[in-house]
Amino acid sequence: MAYRLLVNGTEHRVDASEDESLLYVLRDHLGLTGTKYGCGEGQCGACTVLVEGLPVRSCRIPASAVSGKKISTIEGLGRGGELDPVQQAFLEVEAFQCGYCTPGMILAAVALLDHTPNPTPEQIIQRMDGNICRCGTYPRIMEAVQRAAELKRKSKHATAG
Amino acid sequence: MRPPANSELDQQDGISHLRHDFDLDRRDFFKLLGGGIVVGMAAPRALAQESGARRRRGDDVPNTLDSWLHIGEDGRVTVFTGKVEMGQNIRTSLAQQVAEELRVPVASVHMLMGDTELTPYDMGTFGSRTTPQMGAELRKVAASAREVLIQMAAERWNGARDPIAENGKIRDPKTGRTVSYAELTHGQKLMKVVLADPPVTPAEGWKIAGSAVPKKEGRDFVTGAHKYTSDLTLPGMLHGKVVRPTAFHARLVSCDTSPVEKVPGALAVHDGDFVGVTAPDKAVAERAASVVRAQWEAPQQPSDRELFSYLKSHPAEREGFEGNEQYVTGSVDEARSQAVKSLAETYTVAYIAHTPLEPRAAVAEWKDGKLTVWTGTQRPFAVRDELASAFHLPEASVRVIVPDTGSAYGGKHTGECAVEAARLAKAAGKPVKLVWSREEEFTWAYFRPAGVIEVKSGAKADGTLVFWEYDNYNSGPSAMHTPYEVPNQRIAFHPSDAPLRQGSYRSLAAAANHFARESHMDELAHALNMEPLEFRMKNLKDDRLRAVFEAAADKFGWGKQKSTPARGFGLGGGFEKGGYIATCAEVAIDRDEVRVVRAVEAFDCGAVINPNGLKNQISGAVVQGLGGAMFEAIHFDNGKILNPHLADYHVPRFSEAPQIDVVLVDRKDQKSMGAGETPLTGIAPAVANAIFNATGVRLRSLPLVPNGLRPSSA
Repeated sequence: MAYRLLVNGTEHRVDASEDESLLYVLRDHLGLTGTKYGCGEGQCGACTVLVEGLPVRSCRIPASAVSGKKISTIEGLGRGGELDPVQQAFLEVEAFQCGYCTPGMILAAVALLDHTPNPTPEQIIQRMDGNICRCGTYPRIMEAVQRAAELKRKSKHATAG
Repeated sequence: MRPPANSELDQQDGISHLRHDFDLDRRDFFKLLGGGIVVGMAAPRALAQESGARRRRGDDVPNTLDSWLHIGEDGRVTVFTGKVEMGQNIRTSLAQQVAEELRVPVASVHMLMGDTELTPYDMGTFGSRTTPQMGAELRKVAASAREVLIQMAAERWNGARDPIAENGKIRDPKTGRTVSYAELTHGQKLMKVVLADPPVTPAEGWKIAGSAVPKKEGRDFVTGAHKYTSDLTLPGMLHGKVVRPTAFHARLVSCDTSPVEKVPGALAVHDGDFVGVTAPDKAVAERAASVVRAQWEAPQQPSDRELFSYLKSHPAEREGFEGNEQYVTGSVDEARSQAVKSLAETYTVAYIAHTPLEPRAAVAEWKDGKLTVWTGTQRPFAVRDELASAFHLPEASVRVIVPDTGSAYGGKHTGECAVEAARLAKAAGKPVKLVWSREEEFTWAYFRPAGVIEVKSGAKADGTLVFWEYDNYNSGPSAMHTPYEVPNQRIAFHPSDAPLRQGSYRSLAAAANHFARESHMDELAHALNMEPLEFRMKNLKDDRLRAVFEAAADKFGWGKQKSTPARGFGLGGGFEKGGYIATCAEVAIDRDEVRVVRAVEAFDCGAVINPNGLKNQISGAVVQGLGGAMFEAIHFDNGKILNPHLADYHVPRFSEAPQIDVVLVDRKDQKSMGAGETPLTGIAPAVANAIFNATGVRLRSLPLVPNGLRPSSA
């Protein structure tokens, strides 16, 4: 079936079966490979994308079900070559090893910070516990999320000032 | 397809060491990279260090190189190494060492890694050998290159005395004139082999090595731009899916692939016991695979309920690495009477899975009789040989390229996914991408060996160890020797005819052997009514191991807090692969629930190359080790894995990661060693000992608390 997908502000026409997952439509039809397959069971969060700003396991929903909704992937973060504060913080803290979970982690963190700009460690754990980093960089990811919150506050101040 | 080998170095057998020919490479080299200079290290020296590997006749060809670097006419440095990056950060740490010796910024060093056509032969990225071996070698290569450049400058300046290399230039200290590397290499096609004894910079003088250089190409990981194997696309590429047997060791009795013809764009491939499909996209490939009518017949196989008795009752005789091994010193039998306290305990470890977040993946392309496969493997050259053997090709017709990989942890030594993708691509006449599903990864990869470890020991009233008997069944011999001073020892490894496919896992058996030994030391200390750290120190002479125990205890505040039924403290440590480790853990117990709330790990791996990367590695190893310590276990029955999903196989998550403090014991006077493995080995005994400290309950099986402190239902 043919339908439209609004990804990172661009509308795409997709021709795929009705039940094809958002993950594979993004990766194989639209070439957006920053979103990763990790388990296909919604357990690891590597495939996390944002739908209308909320984190979604793209391996578990058919792309056709989110036709017309605003979808954000890792490729859509940042602007004009500038990294998003969350990306910037992950890079500064080096909150990754193999990096395979990183796009999903970053999107989960973006959603968290949109909702909770100054999260406590408990809130970070609660909201990100569905994302697995098998390299075990959790303590650094926690640090990166807090650093991102700080960067966002600073940039808000700068804009406000 | 060849049956899987059992261990790291067993897998070397039968691999011919085809090497790059110097003259051929010179032509290829300069054609590929343009002019400049190439400096390399002759191979046989390095090869001789591969202890345990069998060398074939003819390996001592002098005109082959083991590692090399190229300085282009633009001054750009390219390092060629067969090692691969999978999160351990060697792309950065190796570049730092080259930059250090060449006196150039890290950013100007490009690392070309893991490509069997372009990089020199390498056994593989495992065994924590990149730093001590490849790092040391590349430092020599780069130091030699620096000397070559200095000499070229001296000649250009008609014998200027003692020119100095700095910041990509050679400077004449007398006149102050400079010449850049680019100017020196311009118009050259020069090849040099490493000087006999190049003036390598001692760690005390390091400026770039030894510092927290940011991860090379780090930005690509936060933007999603980095292409893992599973992200690659080739023109006309199809997607593959393998039809798996219903159980291990199953034979295909009948197979009807005709329903696949009704799936548009799909193609079935049936060759012996191999059945698979290709299709234009992944969803169609999955649908096509599901309509194949395959009947399998599998023999009766054991289950995990009888695992430990099975391992003991099915001995295997093996030679070489991870073969039967026994070490005896003094006489255990004669020493028994000297002991006032004797203990005999048995420890077990379950099968666990590596669970790399990027499952095995390969993209295979046949072109003009040549096969190229991109795949995430730790052993590109071994996978090349696997492919050559499976398809009866000369090695020169197969190229394996390893993009930086979504981790491996010892689990990606083999090339089955590459072979499968190549078989499908051959049939389809188009490139094929094959990415294993999580369930396939859990089922058809190999596992960290399960094992049974029996320890018998005795000590005098003052805590002096007098005998130590240690029998390890199937788990493996790595780090099974005790670092403590014991005059009478018998230590043996007994391989088993294992019920599951097993192989390398980060730290090999060191995690299991550290668990058994350090748990037992704790039990002995308790039996002797001695403080556990004091008891260890009493029997420990090794200064570096003593130093990490002291460093960890100091940072942790060992002995300062009293345990309660809700709070316990434990420690464990040891030595393996050149690294000294000590870990302290604090556990919190709430009814049946056990949580590790804090861990301190002190580690000494000689002179530190990159403290930031190293801390990341160590902290990550603690978290990963915690999984195997606390709750990870593969369950199986009659040739089937019973928990092949992340919903049923519990890996550590945010909520389970403790606060981790890493203490780096930076020994600039000592050779730099690897750090990917040994830091994983201290946490399991530290946690087991902490649980005992709080509750008085001694747990002797890994995982310790898969169901909390409730007895296991299994």
